[in-house]
Parts: sequence; C-alpha cells; structure tokens
Amino acid sequence: MSAREALLRVDNLRVEFHTADGIVHAVDGVSYEVGPGSTLGIVGESGSGKSVSALTMLGLTRGKRTKVSGRILFEGRDLLTLPDDELRQIRGDDIAMIFQDPLSSLHPFYKVGYQLMEAVLMHRAVSKAAARDRAIDLLELVGIPDPHRRVDAYPHEFSGGMRQRAMIAMALANEPKLLIADEPTTALDVTVQAQILALLEGLQQRLGMAIIIITHDLGVVAEIADEIGVMYAGRIVERATTDRIFSSPQHPYTWGLLKSIPRLDTPRTEDLVPISGRPPSLINRPSGCHFHPRCPYVLDSHKRVDPKLQEVPGEYGHLVACQLSAEVRKQVWQGLQAGQTPVELRALVDKKPAPAEVVATVPPATEIGP
Amino acid sequence: MTDKGKPLVEVRNLVKHFPITSGVILQKKIGAVKAVDDVTFDVLAGETLGIVGETGCGKSTTARLIVRLLEATSGEVRFEGEDITKKKGPELKALRRDMQMIFQDPYSSLNPRKTIGSIIAEPFKIHGLEKSEGARKKRVQDLMDMVGLNPEHYNRYPHEFSGGQRQRIGVARALALGPKLLVADEPVSALDVSIQAQVLNLLRKLQADLGLTVIFIAHDLSVVRHMCDRVAVMYIGKIVELAPGESLYGFPRHPYTGALLSAVPVPDPVGGHRKRELLTGDVPSPANPPPGCRFHTRCPKAQHLCSEQEPPLTDKSGGTLAACHFPLTREEADSRLPAILSTAEAPA
Repeated sequence: MSAREALLRVDNLRVEFHTADGIVHAVDGVSYEVGPGSTLGIVGESGSGKSVSALTMLGLTRGKRTKVSGRILFEGRDLLTLPDDELRQIRGDDIAMIFQDPLSSLHPFYKVGYQLMEAVLMHRAVSKAAARDRAIDLLELVGIPDPHRRVDAYPHEFSGGMRQRAMIAMALANEPKLLIADEPTTALDVTVQAQILALLEGLQQRLGMAIIIITHDLGVVAEIADEIGVMYAGRIVERATTDRIFSSPQHPYTWGLLKSIPRLDTPRTEDLVPISGRPPSLINRPSGCHFHPRCPYVLDSHKRVDPKLQEVPGEYGHLVACQLSAEVRKQVWQGLQAGQTPVELRALVDKKPAPAEVVATVPPATEIGP
Repeated sequence: MTDKGKPLVEVRNLVKHFPITSGVILQKKIGAVKAVDDVTFDVLAGETLGIVGETGCGKSTTARLIVRLLEATSGEVRFEGEDITKKKGPELKALRRDMQMIFQDPYSSLNPRKTIGSIIAEPFKIHGLEKSEGARKKRVQDLMDMVGLNPEHYNRYPHEFSGGQRQRIGVARALALGPKLLVADEPVSALDVSIQAQVLNLLRKLQADLGLTVIFIAHDLSVVRHMCDRVAVMYIGKIVELAPGESLYGFPRHPYTGALLSAVPVPDPVGGHRKRELLTGDVPSPANPPPGCRFHTRCPKAQHLCSEQEPPLTDKSGGTLAACHFPLTREEADSRLPAILSTAEAPA
C-alpha cells in the first residue's frame, strides 16, 4: 500500500482503561495505514484490542477513565484531538462503522427507513422527501427486495441478513471514504456471510471507499483484505499483504492461528495444532514478548526482551515482532506446512541459534537495557 | 459396547411441530413451525455423524428429540433397536445414562454456584452411583484428568475457568456415566479460535479411546469435515443430503450443499473460490415452507417439477443420498467448490 497518500494513518496508538482492578492496556502502540480504496483486515481473538482501536478512531471510547495517546490522522486531521462536535461531523459522513450485532444496533422503535433518513439528514441539508428517496435508493443498493415497501418496516420484521444489509445501507448513507466493519458477518450464517462479503466488495469497487474489517475469522480476511494486521494482547504482532500472511507467515501466533483451524483440505487424519494456554490478561501482561507463555519456540531471552515490530529481511512491507531469526522462522513454517508438530520443530530453535544464544547470554545487561 | 458399523440410533419419520397460538385465554392453534419434518436416518455405532445447516433448519431440534429433551410430534427414535419416544419414568432415567449432551454455551450450561467437582459428580448422585464420598471424588478426578483439567481444581467454581476449560468440564460431566451416545450441539462455536482446536482434538481423542458414537452439530463446514465420518445437511426441517464426508465435500449432489460449500470462506487467498455461487434471498419460514422441494425458491436449477413434487431422499451414487430432482453434475459441483477441494484442476 502506498503509505504516502494514506487516507488514514494510525500512529503509535495507545488506549488504557483505568478500572478498579487496575489499568487495562487495551491497545498498546498500534500503527498502520489505510490507502484510499484498499482493505485492511485486523485479525485477533477476543480481548486483543482490535475493536477498541476502531472505536477509539470514532471517539467512542472517550471518557474520564480512558487514557488515549498517539495519533490517528484522517486526511491529515488528528481525530484524537478533534472536539466532539467536529468529530460528530466526520462520524457517519466520511467515516462510518458497522457493528457485529445488527439487531442491537438498530433502534427497535423506529422504522428502518426513518433510521436511514436520520443518517442522511444529520449530515446533508436536504428535504425529508429527498432523504426518504435516498433511503429507498440505499436499501436497493444493498439488495433488499421491494425497497419501497421495506422502507416502512421495523427492524424486527427483517431477517438477520437483511438487518445487516440495513446497517450497511445506513453506514453508506453519505458515501463514506472509510468504512469500519467490526465483525460484520460473525452473527450470520455462511450463505448470508458470503452475500454480505460480496456486497461489501461490490460496493467498494463502485464507491471507491477504504474498508477496515475486524474479525477473528481468517477465512473472511483471506477473501476480502489486501493487507492484514494480526493483533495479540493489544499490539500488532505481524503485518503484511494477505498473500504473504498466508504463504509465509512469520509470527508463531500467526502460525498457531493458521494451524489451529480446520481447513477444507487438511487431511482428516491430521490433528489440529492448538495454541496452548489462553489469551493473557491485559492488566498484568506477561514480561518480554507478550506471547511467550503460549509460544512453543520460546527462549529465555524472549521472556525478558520485548520485540519490536520490524521488517522481515528482504521482504518490503512485511513486519513482524518476533525474536527468532528469519532463517529459523522459515524452517519452522516449512516444517509446520509439512505436518510436523511444534514439539518436533522446537529442536530447530534450540539447535540453530545456539551460538547466537551464547552471545546473547554473555552481555545480558545490555539486552535488558533498551 | 455395540457392534461397530451397526446402527446405534435409528431415526424414522421424525416430526416436531411447535404450535403457533393466538389469543390470551382461549388459545387457538393457528399454525405450526415445522422445525423437524419427517426426518429419517441412522447413526452407526462408533461413528461421528455431523448435522449441518443454517440457523433454524432444525438441526438442534433433531438432536434434542433424539436425547428426549423434547417430545416428538410423531415418528420413532430407536436406540439399540428399541423405540424410546414413549419411554417414561425409571425406563427413561436409565436411558439417560446411555446418551449425554454437550451444549453450545459453556457459560450458561454450568451452575455458577457449584464447584466443578460437584458439577461433574451430579450424574453419579442422580443415578445413585458411587455412593461413598471418596470413591466419587476419585472418579471425578479421573474424569477431570481425562479431559485435560487439573484434578486439583476440584473445588474451584466455573467462573475461575476460561471458555475452553469450561467446555472440558461439560465434556467430563457428559462422559461421567460412560454413555454410548454423545450429542455435541455447536460445542466450539462460542470459543476463541485458538481454543477451538483444543476442544476438537479432545473430542476426537476421547471418541477414539472410548469408542463413542457422536452426533456433532455445527454450522461451520470446515469443522464438521474435520470431525465427522458422515454428514447430514438440513434445510427447513428436512435432510436434503446425507453422505460420507469425502463424498459430500468432494462431490456435493444437492444444490443447497453446493451453495453452502461455495459460501465457506477459505483461509487461503490462492486456493479460494474462483467464482462464488451466491444464494439470493432468505431462508423461507418453517411455519410456511414452500411446496414441493423446499429449496426451489432459491435453487438455480429449479424447474417446474420442483415446485410441485417433493423429491425423496434417494441414492445418487457412491453412497450419497440426496433429495433432489436434478442433482448437481460433476462440472456443476466443481464450479461451486473452492479451488482447494475441486478436482477440476487435476490433469484430465
């Protein structure tokens, strides 16, 4: 993606929630860019901070007990420092969001058409009649049959897929430049999911908007995203083009995600390779690399040193936060692809960097320093 | 243990209609949701039978009818050759020892006020087994060990465990009485991706070790393929295709199965779908299903006959049963399968 003409640039974003139990480090130094018309997929488990980073963009996490730092530049303007009323003008106009649960995101009391009209009237100086026409057009655009009649229906009269379409219609009301889709298909059946993804892709081509899609489903991002960021414990641990993430992933967590889901073409005799343990608490995070308690390839130094997101040598734009050497990573992934287990592959880590380990243990003080 | 390969459960013309009523005091029946409508299949001893379908297709209702959590409107469920739909009292209670269930939501299916030791021991108490405290505790700890929980956590409460661990507690409870049949209703769909694999591997291992027969219900077709020997596809209360896993995923015959496989997102940008075949519209209401073949309103191959005559579930080839007048051809199936499954690329 061309970083220079980025539509959105998130720069070292940090979001902390101060709770009675302690400080929740929900987002911890996340950076990415989204170019006009491109699609970024953010993948991670529950509690990895993927939704919070998106909500923060729209000012939806603002509050007394929230501390936000970093920058979110949208067309050069920093959304984090924008006053509420200016942000409100961008929200729903240039940047729109669709949420996971379409039933709780629509007001049950008002007709779908009215809720769509509201989105238009909020940002455009048009008559109610014109807004209503726009609402009908929008319903037609997202493929709701018989929009002239459906515009007067209530949300409960819509099926799950239709509600999600209505949500998308509402998000598109003002032709946003950026659409944030937070688990847009998780509550839907596969056939409806496929319809919604196809709809999003079609609309993106027609309207040229950029999309950030947040999901835990690697299948969904494989289909729709140009670039993928993998989040773990509030950080992006790997970022690359979609093809690279699937063809030569670099982070042990990404390997874990790819190997723990059954695919339609994995031999049935092969066992899945689960990631051991569970996602960490964001209040008391593990030392060093946050993934180390679950990582099968952990070395002693990984427990102390926090890895930086760095470019994979020779792979422009492929960033990873892992302290294994590129050579070892390549061999481990090849081994995993060939059906070897992490336990068998552990030897590669122990053997290969042995000389490097000696070097590393000689000056331990300097290593902890930075 | 029953002989492998013989039917353990035989479901015959099973029907479940939920009445729709109107009126407050004098309730009148004005219709019925035909949740399960004339379903017939066998579950063979030692196999895993998958049931897939979209929300509201009747897959969970079918499972609940088999374990008698719901009463059938009509039809038979035979367990080891005996019809169980009419069983009552002590007979029914004895039957419960042989069939157990794992539920979808590990958060609401465990009593938060009980320790997990007493949750897993509950089946022993109900059936009056292992009366001495010490023996019971020993059995429970063995079970905990078997499902990969630390037996020392006997006195902890459900909230102290993660979703994956809670699902293991549910599995331990279900296995306490040594059932012959285990019904798993969406056992992993509430779990995080990295945790799903732990539970799926556990279920596969336990089945191999204990020779269990499993009915596995899920909406995720990749998970079902991984877990199941045979798969039944349901659509609005009917089985539309029933086939061994390899056949179903290699050569789907019912256009609905084809559409489902065409819709599965493939975590592989290269091996994904060349062309998606999208279904249009929504699933019709099971209260008022379309006449003839229920899929004809959304089927790309539908012809006049389909709206008039309901196709029976018949053998189409290679052990695949499908209820379709015009089953998919090899080419049509290939065009629907994602590239990683399709045989079209293979040298002719």
